Amino acid sequence: MSYKRPDRKEDELRPMEAKVGVVKNAVGSAMFKIGKTIAVAAVYGPRELHPRFLQNAETGILRCNYNMMAFSGSGNRVRPGPSRRSKEIALVTTKALEPALDLSEFPKTVVDVFIELIQTDAGTRCAGICAASMALADAGMNMKDLVCAVSGGTVGDVPVVDLDYSEESYEGGAVDMPIAMMPRNGEITLMQLDGVISKEKLQEAIKLAKKGCLDIYKLQKEALKAKYKEE
Amino acid sequence: MLSISKQYIHTLAKKGLRADQRKMEEFRKPITVEYGISAKSAEGSARVKIGDTEVVAGVKTEVGKPYPDSPGDGTIMVNVELLPLSSPEYESGPPSIDAIELARVVDRGIRESHSIDFKKLCVTEGELVWTIMIDIYPINAAGNLFDACALAALAALKDAKFPKLENDVINYKEMTEISIPLEFLPVSCTIHKIADKFLVDPTRDEELASDARLTVAFTEAGKICAMQKGGDYPFTEEEIDKIVNLAAEKTSELRQFL
Repeated sequence: MSYKRPDRKEDELRPMEAKVGVVKNAVGSAMFKIGKTIAVAAVYGPRELHPRFLQNAETGILRCNYNMMAFSGSGNRVRPGPSRRSKEIALVTTKALEPALDLSEFPKTVVDVFIELIQTDAGTRCAGICAASMALADAGMNMKDLVCAVSGGTVGDVPVVDLDYSEESYEGGAVDMPIAMMPRNGEITLMQLDGVISKEKLQEAIKLAKKGCLDIYKLQKEALKAKYKEE
Repeated sequence: MLSISKQYIHTLAKKGLRADQRKMEEFRKPITVEYGISAKSAEGSARVKIGDTEVVAGVKTEVGKPYPDSPGDGTIMVNVELLPLSSPEYESGPPSIDAIELARVVDRGIRESHSIDFKKLCVTEGELVWTIMIDIYPINAAGNLFDACALAALAALKDAKFPKLENDVINYKEMTEISIPLEFLPVSCTIHKIADKFLVDPTRDEELASDARLTVAFTEAGKICAMQKGGDYPFTEEEIDKIVNLAAEKTSELRQFL
């Protein structure tokens, strides 16, 4: 079953926007919009970590929090508070960002990253990671690289990048594979996959996602520079 | 808050001055209201900025059985979550008492003004009614969340359209052109008392230094529809008079932004 995208090429991302410094109270913050998915991230810290047994004497700890606003889902209202889904996303987000970050200068502390979704149309964890990595850079953290994330996959067996909600729920079957990477060395820090896919198609999907990440990388860097041009 | 910062704010207030050089009855600028900030997901949504304070609100609708004591009435629900994203003061976890008070004050302003006719939210009496759910989140909490949240809730309600109802089930993919039956906008304003002076739109520091506050909501016709006093110190009757007059003046100013 062959699928044809109505409004963009198979290797094309949805229109994006990125802005740094959107939460004045935070140490660092950023907004990342891809298609209709809008994520805001704010960084607080490094600050003392409580309870103390969670502290690490060697290094600071990264702690991410992912939350969809109650009105941000496409169907019913999303119940406030953490769900199993949001906790898992927070975990994989932390793991996706950690390799880029060096918190060894701040032992016994925590750096908190709060990600909020204002509007969603699939790709929320990837948008959250993109926003969070810009927010961490904005906060002046020691980083090896930015982290860029986008989903690759197939819709009706056609390899595509950056699936939206209608594609994820495509009747002819879809595979959704969120990926995060550090573009400078090409290392992948997030990898999840839902759906059934051949090894060949998987390779193609990874290639498309990595290419997409490079487009995001460019925009993230522009957004970070733009903040300092204004000031 | 440091006692020296508190002293500073009080010393200034005694002279009728404020740390950011505003007049006592002056709101921060700019005040902006942006509609449809989550149009893909929410039935209605808005972003309100008052100076550095930024709040977003969204409306979702659901249908369900009415309460047994009001079989012909729909209802509303207001929820405020003080996101740790918006201030280093807030922590994750169950809603704090501040969040609950905020939500209830906003709720009361809308509910008790009868600006939404709950009868018009009824689909089938005793069987099916609409519930209008308003969720409010600060993005940057820099003082005066009371007025910002109330304004954002009204803006989101004004923006909202009902989704399509098919055989008593909501089809969220199809929106109608029907707005929420909002007869008028019950705008509220919070007046703070610091060192025997009254001021509006406090910064977060001013809030922490405040002796007492009174939130007053007004109907479009200038009638009072809800009030809430907060803070550690009492008011005299004369003071309440003064506050109500000031709030009346300020709410008509705020109304222009909606």
